[in-house]
Amino acid sequence: MKSDIILSGVGGQGILSIAAVIGQAAVSAGLHMKQSEVHGMSQRGGDVQSHLRISDKEVFSDLVPHGGADMILSVEPMESLRYLPWLSKQGWIITNSQPFINIPNYPDQKAVIAEIEKQPKHIIINADELAKAAGNSRGMNMVMAGAASLFIDIPQEKMEGAIQFLFGRKGEEIVKSNIAAFRAGREFAQKKRG
Amino acid sequence: MAKNVMMLMGDEAIAQGAIDAGVSGFYAYPGTPSTEIMEYAQHSKDAAALNIHRQWSANEKTAMESALGMSYCGKRAMVSMKHVGLNVAADPFVNSGVTGANGGIIVVAADDPAMHSSQNEQDSRILAQFALLPIFEPANQQEAYDMAFAGYELSEKYKTPVMLRITTRLAHSRAGVELKPRLKQNALKLPENKRQFVLLPGIARKQYKTLIANQAKFVEESEKSPFNRYIDGADKSRGIIACGIAYNYLMENYPNGCPHPVLKLCQYPAPKKLIEKLVKETKEVLVLEDGQPMLEESLRGLLDRDVKVKGRITGELPRDGELNPLFVRRALGMADICGAPAPAIVAARPPAFCVGCGHIDAYNAIKQVVTTGYEDGHVFADIGCYTLAALPPFEVVNSCVDMGASITMAKGAADAGLFPACAVIGDSTFCHSGMTGLLDCVIENSNVVIFILDNSATAMTGGQDSHALGRLQAICKGLGVDEKHIRIVNPLKKNHDEMVQVIKEEIEYKGVSVIIPTRECIQTLGKKNKKGGE
Ligand SMILES: Cc1ncc(C[n+]2csc(CCOP(=O)(O)OP(=O)(O)O)c2C)c(N)n1
Ligand code: SF4
Repeated sequence: MKSDIILSGVGGQGILSIAAVIGQAAVSAGLHMKQSEVHGMSQRGGDVQSHLRISDKEVFSDLVPHGGADMILSVEPMESLRYLPWLSKQGWIITNSQPFINIPNYPDQKAVIAEIEKQPKHIIINADELAKAAGNSRGMNMVMAGAASLFIDIPQEKMEGAIQFLFGRKGEEIVKSNIAAFRAGREFAQKKRG
Repeated sequence: MAKNVMMLMGDEAIAQGAIDAGVSGFYAYPGTPSTEIMEYAQHSKDAAALNIHRQWSANEKTAMESALGMSYCGKRAMVSMKHVGLNVAADPFVNSGVTGANGGIIVVAADDPAMHSSQNEQDSRILAQFALLPIFEPANQQEAYDMAFAGYELSEKYKTPVMLRITTRLAHSRAGVELKPRLKQNALKLPENKRQFVLLPGIARKQYKTLIANQAKFVEESEKSPFNRYIDGADKSRGIIACGIAYNYLMENYPNGCPHPVLKLCQYPAPKKLIEKLVKETKEVLVLEDGQPMLEESLRGLLDRDVKVKGRITGELPRDGELNPLFVRRALGMADICGAPAPAIVAARPPAFCVGCGHIDAYNAIKQVVTTGYEDGHVFADIGCYTLAALPPFEVVNSCVDMGASITMAKGAADAGLFPACAVIGDSTFCHSGMTGLLDCVIENSNVVIFILDNSATAMTGGQDSHALGRLQAICKGLGVDEKHIRIVNPLKKNHDEMVQVIKEEIEYKGVSVIIPTRECIQTLGKKNKKGGE
């Protein structure tokens, strides 16, 4: 099994919590994992990405090779497009539909969605809304993790166990509402994939 | 998991390695990508229980010197910094080669090829080579951890500081690391040779000869180091030397093993015999280095003799920037694999001030005065979040060179006759390297206006405490700035007119003025409020 994922978003949106959940699940499933992050200057509202590599064999490069990603998982639509050179021909784009506009020249939103829809395999989710509907208005990241989980060969219990492991310290309520958001994302992706 | 395995970033693995290898003190000044070494040590319960020193220093030079003092007492020290920090620490660093160590010292230099968060991409290995010190360059997180043990062992065996060199990618990438049994800290034990650390010429000459004599032994250590590995391959049309993390990019392109002989090189000085073997057995040598072509250059030599060496100098790899699997793939002569290009509508998203940041209000006032009242008004800035005012919508910053240069460049410009000459510097940067420049200004009563943006934090690198906290006014006064021209303002929108007035007054004053806009960074404030609320 191998799953190479580019996680993308804008500094401050918290993509690392997604990386933490999937990474922790991979480790508890006994898989090899490497995950590289962006720290520093870009975290001030710039574009950020994390390369997450999971495999049942040894992982060498900390970076996903160009054309090698099985998935681009993005919490912001325009950011999902930035990393197309990394996406493999069979790869999925899974992205939040809600833009994060902090630049004056942000492109037309419809054009952004149209570009994503040109990709053969994509799932576009209004993750902010799904999170709210699941009773967790801050759970956008967990919705995205849930949607992605469908395409990663790790059992769902391991993923939810990772949420328990990572958020347990903050109390049962938080764990529950994060799992609710995670499931909402997973169900949505299931329907879309068919 | 039966084994004791932790998921650690490269930085964290180094810190955990030092803790487990019996370090007694961490010393550092923040700087991407090295910051998380100290932060990890600060959050480590083990380090707390073991009473290990782990507080920030004012700058990299003071950090390096404190580490040397710890080593003097026979204990193990780790000093960490970003690559440009090593320039600041270069004086004690190079001289520490001549004094040598007593307790082991590891100097961690975290380089930033591609300048993700830096002003340049210098390769720290070259500075260590210049100082004649051994270098460890891990290929992965496990080696980063293990090299803390190996580093201290080598350091104490030869009584020499050693460098541990990493790059951004490893610093900030996580993987499983298997821990080793923990070693005890050294007991306090003063140097046997009482003159070891006294670098008077007569003594230094002798010590320097020892350092030179040690070079052959360091090479010998590299020849037999477990981190340097010769992996034979049947196809001798090419040999490959893969330094540090470049080894991973090579292997990524050969999932079933590399057909060519490979020398994985992670400890320097370069192992001459291993390299000779590779050169003898292969038609040409490709050198993969994530940084400047240090090894490539030395193999090639000045005269480009018989050895065929390829790499960054010959264009097989880009001359600058960070390595990645694709660049290595091309250098190996394989066809590109690449996804679709990003569509043209994708706009650049440069970093920007956080909403509500006090720097915004300070710059609004500075910009209004400097650009409307004075044709030649220039703003010499410095390094920190406030450098972002070089970008739209402000575009009011005329320089950013190295920490502290704002004040001294403004002084030089004032000396040249520029008026007004303004400097903008952050509170942490001021304590790092601004104070001495301010003293220069005071001595000559230079006509400068210095803004010290006090946000109670070292914000750019993640909001570490600043040495300036509660001390700025007293420091400026102590350095001799006239109290009447030390002005505190509160950078808020509603105080805009007041700030404009203060700035005008101080520009018109012919002498040294210091204006201190004081309001805490939104990010650190938010973190504190969150903690208080939990
Ligand atoms: C010699 C050197 N050391 C460290 C750094 C990393 N660095 C860049 S900005 C910065 C912090 C600046 O803090 P401050 O001056 O208080 O400004 P703020 O970011 O808080 O606005 C640091 C440590 C550097 N660029 N150069
Ligand atoms: S981190 Fe703090 S200082 Fe930096 S831009 Fe944000 S609010 Fe301003």
